[in-house]
Amino acid sequence: MAEPAAAELRRSVPRLAPGPVLLMLGLTTLVVTAGLSLFLGSNAIGAQETWRLLWHPDGSVASGVIHDQRVPRTVLTGAVGAALGLAGALMQALTRNPLAEPGLLGINAGASLAVVLAVAVAGVSGLWFYLWFAFLGAAVTAVAVYLLAGVGHASATPVRLALAGVAVTAALTALVQAVILTDQVAFNEFRFWVVGSTEGRGWDVLQVVGPFLLAGAALALLLGPALNALALGDDTAQALGVRLARVRTASMLAATLLCGAATAAVGPIAFVGLAVPLAARGMVGPDQRWIGVLSLVLGAAWLMVADVLSRIVIAPQEVQVGVVAALLGAPVFVAIVSRRRVVAL
Amino acid sequence: MTQHASPDAAPRHRTVAFSGLSLRYPARAARSGLLLLLAIAVTTVAGLLIGDYDITVGETLQAAVARGDDPLAIYFVHDVRAPRVLTALVVGAALGMAGSLFQNITGNPLGSPDIIGFTTGAATGALVQIIVVGASTHAVGIGALVGGFLTAAVVLGLACSSGLDGGRLVLVGIGVGAALGALNSLLIVRASLVTAQTAAQWLAGSLNAVLWPRASLVMIAVAVLTVPALLLSRPLGMLALGDDSCAAVGIPVRRIRLGAVLTGVALVSVATAATGPIAFVALAAPQLARRLAAVPTPGLVGSALMGALLVQVSDLVAQRLFAPTELAVGVVTGAVGGLYLVALLAGEWRRNHA
Repeated sequence: MAEPAAAELRRSVPRLAPGPVLLMLGLTTLVVTAGLSLFLGSNAIGAQETWRLLWHPDGSVASGVIHDQRVPRTVLTGAVGAALGLAGALMQALTRNPLAEPGLLGINAGASLAVVLAVAVAGVSGLWFYLWFAFLGAAVTAVAVYLLAGVGHASATPVRLALAGVAVTAALTALVQAVILTDQVAFNEFRFWVVGSTEGRGWDVLQVVGPFLLAGAALALLLGPALNALALGDDTAQALGVRLARVRTASMLAATLLCGAATAAVGPIAFVGLAVPLAARGMVGPDQRWIGVLSLVLGAAWLMVADVLSRIVIAPQEVQVGVVAALLGAPVFVAIVSRRRVVAL
Repeated sequence: MTQHASPDAAPRHRTVAFSGLSLRYPARAARSGLLLLLAIAVTTVAGLLIGDYDITVGETLQAAVARGDDPLAIYFVHDVRAPRVLTALVVGAALGMAGSLFQNITGNPLGSPDIIGFTTGAATGALVQIIVVGASTHAVGIGALVGGFLTAAVVLGLACSSGLDGGRLVLVGIGVGAALGALNSLLIVRASLVTAQTAAQWLAGSLNAVLWPRASLVMIAVAVLTVPALLLSRPLGMLALGDDSCAAVGIPVRRIRLGAVLTGVALVSVATAATGPIAFVALAAPQLARRLAAVPTPGLVGSALMGALLVQVSDLVAQRLFAPTELAVGVVTGAVGGLYLVALLAGEWRRNHA
């Protein structure tokens, strides 16, 4: 008796595409976009030539372009996109709010304030300094939000975390505005940093942020099962043996590592961390383990596509990758959410 | 276990009765409303009184209604300070109401107009006027109004293709807002430094140089929009019970929601056109009012009062903190509202762990 009833139930639930299939599709997209990213740029190098130089660098200008600029840039873009996607998936699960994004931790605001102060007060400028200041600002802010939301305690609620993030972000953004409205130099540096750009970033940047990204990603992927339990509600999760405070703390740590490092590397990139996990959830269903992996792959692919386009739309000039990521992603995102019923958290 | 009023607990009600008619009202919400009104009255008088031209309270109140024998006092109080104070109050109330409407429609504290793209759309309209056209203050306001309404039309058109669902509205709004936000950054990055700075000034929101013509326009517009907002607030609060239950007791769910969205967009657009986007008020005011009144959903009147108070206090701080240099009011609302919310959250935390 139970057997046909179960089959009946399975049929009545709309079938989502299975995780492995989606993952393969995502990886294929990733490989294709990575290839395009190596091949396309303001220096026209043929596809065959690109392929040959990739494996046999010969010291020519074209070889230099590929090995010193396109390869590191592609890797960095992919790493940042993956980090933002995964961090977003983590934040949405943690706050149980589909509108949550990594910026909600106050990371973007904290990094922005640190960069603005670096220019206005300390008088330093240059990508290398911004990287360290941004990372420091992001980390300090994330700790503040963590303490304010009481994440380390079992009584913390998702709404509280969201509001704590918003409150801290608003206060810090106000300070940023106060500085840039009075300091023209800081404003000029800031308006270019804040859009997010991968132009001219290479191995040196990746060397600094890489370890943080890897640690964050490993932690985030390990948290999948615990976050699945958390989705059933705090009480049920606790009954299943999940230590709420510990899981929340670990999730915030992972999100901070991922998003903080990504923001330090290329500046705040909006929307990817919000839209990618939402799309992943819409495709693969509520299993946080698959959402995490898929967000990672799709985030990388999305930002790479945006980066390629940012190089060629008004070549030889560049548009900032953050702008393209949002302009490109928004229509896709709107198409997804206005078609199907949004899967509530 | 300590007893404390959690915002999610059912509020205690009081009832007053006159010869057969009775009114039932939540006691703490009424108290908090009175408190807010008192605070608004005090800050309004302070706004009229404080400035570089010294006068007494009595002279101020006389001058505010254009009486008294000091023409300079009348000029400063009646012609300069009064329109500014009134605009601050009205714009704050409009933002508070819009925030309350949107947070009720979406059932999400993050579902406020700042986040779901309408403010961004108004900003795009204004930025096009400032950077591309190079227009005057007046035209910038019109640009903001047009931008806000165009954005709303696009969002509604995309979200309503198969019935208006609060969740979908928010997500479509965020998508459209993200595209417009990117467009805004692009405009600012590609503009000359001076133009970009003018744009940044406008984007911070400011009440500087608001005189009677603009103040009266805003007041009339917001007064007109308050009527549908009040009418909608009660059925909108009931939507929290779920669409099916509401439809069952005879509430036209769809019409209520559409009406609320349109009213909310109009309020935000008018406020933004008048002063530029004043950050954080629409998001914070309903949440602050809700916590102060200990009610489960953000109420319209409380949010309006809280919004008005927030903007007026922020404007006082903006004018006087570094006087004679004036800050942009939007800078201060972010700081004041953010710190107030931080304090409220920290207080709740302490009560829970005492």
